[in-house]
Amino acid sequence: MAFYIASIIAILATIMVITRYNMIHALLYLVVSFLAVAVIFFMLGAPFVAALEVIIYAGAIVVLIIFVIMMLNLKEESVEQERKWFSKNIWIGPGILSLVLLGELAYILITSERVLLNNSVVDSKAVGMSLYGPYIIGVELCGLLLMAGIVGAYHLGRQRRKVVHRFLEKAEE
Amino acid sequence: MSPAIIVVCVLGGLLLVAPGLIWVERRLLAVWQDRYGPNRAGPLGLLVVLADTLKLFFKEDWIPPFADKKVFVMAPAIVVITVLMSFVIVPFSPGFIVVDLNIGLLFFLAMSSMGAYSIILGGWASNNKYSLLGAMRGAAQMISYEVFMGLSLMGVVLITGSFSLHDIVEAQRNMWFVVPQFLGFVIFLIAGIAETHRLPFDIPEAESELIAGFHSEYSGMKFGMFFVGEYIGIMLISCMVTCLFFGGWLGPAFLPPIVWFILKMFAFIALFILLRASLPRPRYDQLMEFGWKILLPLSLLNVMVTAAIILWNENPQ
Repeated sequence: MAFYIASIIAILATIMVITRYNMIHALLYLVVSFLAVAVIFFMLGAPFVAALEVIIYAGAIVVLIIFVIMMLNLKEESVEQERKWFSKNIWIGPGILSLVLLGELAYILITSERVLLNNSVVDSKAVGMSLYGPYIIGVELCGLLLMAGIVGAYHLGRQRRKVVHRFLEKAEE
Repeated sequence: MSPAIIVVCVLGGLLLVAPGLIWVERRLLAVWQDRYGPNRAGPLGLLVVLADTLKLFFKEDWIPPFADKKVFVMAPAIVVITVLMSFVIVPFSPGFIVVDLNIGLLFFLAMSSMGAYSIILGGWASNNKYSLLGAMRGAAQMISYEVFMGLSLMGVVLITGSFSLHDIVEAQRNMWFVVPQFLGFVIFLIAGIAETHRLPFDIPEAESELIAGFHSEYSGMKFGMFFVGEYIGIMLISCMVTCLFFGGWLGPAFLPPIVWFILKMFAFIALFILLRASLPRPRYDQLMEFGWKILLPLSLLNVMVTAAIILWNENPQ
């Protein structure tokens, strides 16, 4: 029962994310969607993943996106523009693709054997053991990717020091 | 005890104590600044709390016409909800805890990261330059200090081997974690002050430069919600420091456990107020620099050294 409530909330919220014109409102629905997914994870016996979903996705990433949108300070013009872009024709392409995916998913669900979830709780220790055991290569790759991201951000954010003086103006490295 | 009674006790206690803290803060500030403070209404000026609360309730509740109404109304509720939710995992004494989640600490971190939304949304929905500036400062501050907050707690988690706060308190029977994890304690305290955006880290609201920042458009009980949320936030951080580093309810047996917990909690609340009375506010870029250039390396070092010592103790060569 609780699972169905949470999943309906997740689906509704995600639909709202797509259909809102105002970006901040869309992002707020995205947060609700993440929270609902976290509840589903929790019920499926993965409390650690649920907590991380809230901390990282709902708590950090969406906050950063909102931060950027606030910096751009989009007002009514952007809402208008979104409304213009959001025409009927734009639905066709993604709609067909998602229908194909949905069909595929339904086919797989019907034909494959059903695996009952045994309600075993996967605690943080088990997550850590599998991450640093069989999946160590994935962790390392993520680390490399993040490192590259940090170096890139540093490069973009670097400021050239500029000496402002009446007589001599030179740009230092 | 049944969970329903505990929930009512915790909720009632928090909502009663939060306005009381206004009085505590004003009196203590007065003591440290060598003046009287509110001492006229009632015994020791205690009725000031009642007057303040009534005033907040009867103030005009105004929503600016240029604001985004739904978000504007929602923002103050978020801070109170998230902070109150965090109290779910605080063990006040053995057995007196709403739910003993095995991811207790992570739940606390998750809720405190959700708390950032109240500032961001409040500031954005006000549609006012000062509020927007305050909201952006608040967002940056809370996101960056969350990082060190989480990292500084990992030392405690490593020693205990559990995220459950009950287990963490029990693990401190021999020694409070403030001794082996002193660095973690200091970082957590600083990050906690920044999370609750209290002075000296109240740059999202900074009266003197941003005229109350993210809540300058709020009035009446909506402002009151931010206010109450802040005070409950102080209590939350004090509770967490008590549980994580100062042995929670543990103490000599002549006082019941819950009294020990409350005594320690109030000691930290007093520390928060003393910090407000004594420290100047840093500049915004200084705050960020201090966080990323000093606290982050220190907290990483803390985790590394703690983990190394634990490994060494497990199998010394």
